[in-house]
Amino acid sequence: MVDYRIQGATGEWEVVIGLEVHAQVTSNAKLFSGASTAFGAEPNTQVSLVDAAMPGMLPVPNRECIRQAVRTGMAIDAAINKWSRFDRKNYFYADLPQGYQISQLYHPLVGEGSLDIELDEGGTKTIGVERIHVEQDAGKLMHDQHPTRSYVDLNRSGVALMEIVSRPDMRSPAEAGAYVRKLRSILRYVGSCDGNMEEGSMRADVNVSVRKPGAPFGTRTETKNVNSVRFVMQAIEHEANRQVDVLEAGGTIVQETRLYDPDSGTTRSMRSKEDAHDYRYFPDPDLLPLELDDAFLDECRASLPELPDAKRARYEGLGITPYNAGVLTAEVETARWFDALLEAGAKPVQASNWVASELFGALNRLGKGIEESPVSPSQAAELLGLVADDTLSGSLAKQVFEIMLETGDDPAKIVEERGLKQTSDTGAIEKVIAEVMAANEDKVADYRGGKDKLFGFFVGQTMKAMAGKANPQVVNELLKKALG
Amino acid sequence: MTELTDLGVAAIRDGVQDGAFSAREVAEAFVAKVSAAKQLNAFLVETPDHAFAAADAADKARAAGEAAKPLAGVPIGMKDLFCTKGVPSTAASHILEGFTPPYESTVSQKLWDAGAGMLGKLNMDQFAMGSSNETSAFGNVISPWRRSDGGNAPLAPGGSSGGSSAAIAARLCPAATGTDTGGSIRQPAAFTGIAGIKPTYGRCSRFGIVAFASSLDQAGPMARDVRDCAIMLEAMAGFDARDATSLELDVPRWEAGLSSDLKGKRIGIPKEYRVENMPSEIDALWQRGIDWARDAGAEIVEVSLPHTKYALPAYYIIAPAEASSNLARYDGVRYGLRDLPDGANLQDMYAATRAAGFGDEVKRRIMIGTYVLSAGYYDAYFTQASKVRTLIARDFDAAWESCDLLLTPTAPSAAFALGEKSADPIAMYLNDVFTVPSSLAGLPAMSVPAGLDGHGLPLGLQVIGKALDEQGVLNAGLALEQRAGFAARPEAWW
Amino acid sequence: MSVDTATVKRIASLARIAITEEEAGRLAPELGNILGWIEQLGEVDTRDVAPMTAVIPNHLRLRDDVVTDGGVRDAVLSNAPQAEHGFFAVPKVIE
Ligand SMILES: [Mg+2]
Ligand SMILES: [Zn+2]
Repeated sequence: MVDYRIQGATGEWEVVIGLEVHAQVTSNAKLFSGASTAFGAEPNTQVSLVDAAMPGMLPVPNRECIRQAVRTGMAIDAAINKWSRFDRKNYFYADLPQGYQISQLYHPLVGEGSLDIELDEGGTKTIGVERIHVEQDAGKLMHDQHPTRSYVDLNRSGVALMEIVSRPDMRSPAEAGAYVRKLRSILRYVGSCDGNMEEGSMRADVNVSVRKPGAPFGTRTETKNVNSVRFVMQAIEHEANRQVDVLEAGGTIVQETRLYDPDSGTTRSMRSKEDAHDYRYFPDPDLLPLELDDAFLDECRASLPELPDAKRARYEGLGITPYNAGVLTAEVETARWFDALLEAGAKPVQASNWVASELFGALNRLGKGIEESPVSPSQAAELLGLVADDTLSGSLAKQVFEIMLETGDDPAKIVEERGLKQTSDTGAIEKVIAEVMAANEDKVADYRGGKDKLFGFFVGQTMKAMAGKANPQVVNELLKKALG
Repeated sequence: MTELTDLGVAAIRDGVQDGAFSAREVAEAFVAKVSAAKQLNAFLVETPDHAFAAADAADKARAAGEAAKPLAGVPIGMKDLFCTKGVPSTAASHILEGFTPPYESTVSQKLWDAGAGMLGKLNMDQFAMGSSNETSAFGNVISPWRRSDGGNAPLAPGGSSGGSSAAIAARLCPAATGTDTGGSIRQPAAFTGIAGIKPTYGRCSRFGIVAFASSLDQAGPMARDVRDCAIMLEAMAGFDARDATSLELDVPRWEAGLSSDLKGKRIGIPKEYRVENMPSEIDALWQRGIDWARDAGAEIVEVSLPHTKYALPAYYIIAPAEASSNLARYDGVRYGLRDLPDGANLQDMYAATRAAGFGDEVKRRIMIGTYVLSAGYYDAYFTQASKVRTLIARDFDAAWESCDLLLTPTAPSAAFALGEKSADPIAMYLNDVFTVPSSLAGLPAMSVPAGLDGHGLPLGLQVIGKALDEQGVLNAGLALEQRAGFAARPEAWW
Repeated sequence: MSVDTATVKRIASLARIAITEEEAGRLAPELGNILGWIEQLGEVDTRDVAPMTAVIPNHLRLRDDVVTDGGVRDAVLSNAPQAEHGFFAVPKVIE
């Protein structure tokens, strides 16, 4: 294993990384109010009087948000706390109408869990998850609409978030990136978060410290709201190097909140949060403790799908290569599509190769996601079946697939209508071979004189003359015989 | 004929139903009284149109032969802590000046649904923080009562529901809503010679009531007698899905269940309530109450509530802590006052707005609450207070092993003069010494008028019941009320 | 319990209440008195006592995931000291 190290003037430094990922819970309505969570609405149109913290308004929790957080916890083998409660985190900011965020500090819904990441150099590493708690999102401030004012939009205010807090178990930007990707994959499998980082459905607070290898943890900084895997990795790299520079220059790291600037790839201190360290958490007196019964937990568990690691292992068990299994399970839509393909009768190994090369290639060209594939899993299974029973050669299959992409027609229909069936009719093939040899007497002589490489030329000419429909194996055999 | 404004809730309801007078006549009589009583400063907003509309609806329904609603024709006063749609609602604070809610509190909506009309919004201690009505941003409420010694010193109507208590005692309305966090219904009731009940925590929805301390706040009715309180409470109580702490229980028919026969009931006398320096008149009144209860058939038992002494300090941690957070929303962004000094940034605006908008007592409590929750103090203060609260609740549970109800004085003194205690916060806080423990335990408790002190000022007795036993509380209150025969009323000077 | 003016100012700042030097001076002994009085709670032995969580035994009810609210922007903004283009407006915040 290659350790990630920063080379400083005083020697090597190790980076210690922990992530707090905020994932928006997939739900129709907000955590404590009946307003919609839909993205992109006109400002302040998805705001109830509860979200606007009008006097006397009270929170009532949404069952689905609790359920999704529990299912997420179960997906990372975490302890689910049957007794949890909501606390208030008190601070003043224009995007926080109540003057407090309803969160869970003392008794989170989900306790210790873990997930495995795949390392670039091969193998896996287990990253601990300390807890998952449920909390409210804040509203949004816009600073560029008016020279002297900021504008407040509360549409997001009160949307349910899961805060997924990792252990400081990561040691390189790559590991952090792999963690975020894996977590995102799991959330999307579970269906508890759409993982859409551009729309802010998932964002990470990045805790970074550096130390000399083997030394105790250093002081960490927290870079807030980093919203892509690449930015997470960049922020870590920049922040770790900055800390090394500070320390090597004889300075000390201040525990502070920082902001990542994607344009420059750097982080800077966030002055607006300077005095926000005393949050005066206490149990929210508007809400009773949250007590979950076994029936609720049983339903949560029963509704969990097969998760990426299990699916991957199952695919490998079917003979699929580890690489393909990884590719096919990384995204839930791909895995779902592939499962449907197997369900429709495709042979796993053949199907995995075809999806990883042909289908992905085509979708790439078309700029489409697999969920928008013009070819359905059952059509693809049919196509693969035609190859398996020798109705189509590889190259014919490619042709048929192209037509399928264009027309959306079933492969059998295409083969039938266009007469694209492969032929193993030896008489017809021998006749063509004879014609090809007659037309290229000089090359026949060269071949027979020892120019073996010309064999490919005769295959090509024969296939061409037969419009690609000849069974290549039969062509090979008959050519060998005819050329002697 | 008695004046219509001398009638209580039941009498008005029955009179309107029987056709003895119209609801309109009743509303007009009270509206006139309200507008003539400005000196009491009990009302912050008068809403005669609301009262008339409800009255006319009641008269029309009766003419059409429709079944009468439970409060048809009864005009009431609404404490300004309740948000009322389209009617300014300020919690008696500058910080909410000009705030007109686009929504209605559940309790007020239930009252309108029951046929009641609103005479206006009642003055109160700012954000319900106070025991004398001196913390209102809109001036003190003056009690209609005066000492019999001929002195005209303006007296406190109690607090925080002091507008409610003064208005009822002065016959400006037959009943009003109150809220009670640590005694804010019971103490003003006692000070003004009326009745008031704080139900079990969770009986009345808190939705739309400006929050003071969420784990303690309860709405309840104030009226001149126990029956009227029962009628009002029936209309106000009930499950509300918009309040997560609301109790999912049917509302008992408390009025129909009224009985002053206490046979088979054991009434506990908590020995720790015999506090130091208690005026002998209060002690004597308590003794009379015990005799009345025995006379009504109850068995009297002495009980111990050992943590009583710690209730007030626990309360003065928990309530300010919750308040410091509940009042964070008053920041000048979405409603109410905004103070934006030249060149101020957002955080400056918050600080300026809150400095200008909150009164001294509110600031004091926010500061105390902020302090006890702040880093390093949370466990020593808030956690300890929450544990003591558990012990106080356990004290009551233990008492219920040997009794069904508790009988205590409501307050340690009769009404004091305005200004008499306002310089000493702790002296003011001590006024709630008998009411706070049951608030901390969420129990139903009521004050009934029981007699006069040597200066001719009303004194109240408190009955505390088990959780959900409002009926037991009301019945004991009724038994005391009948025996006390309290008929005194303030002479109109306003 | 004595509270100094620096503490008063720190608490006032946390609570976002602007206070003058004079007010801080007045509040210090006042808060000190109240906190001193409150501190008698420390006498109570609360070992093995759980903090109260629900004053009346009751379960937290959960609501169904249905959109029942929102779409009331006029009501939301109706009391705003400053609202523009459908937003609440505040002094410019520099992050
Ligand atoms: Mg964080
Ligand atoms: Zn968070």
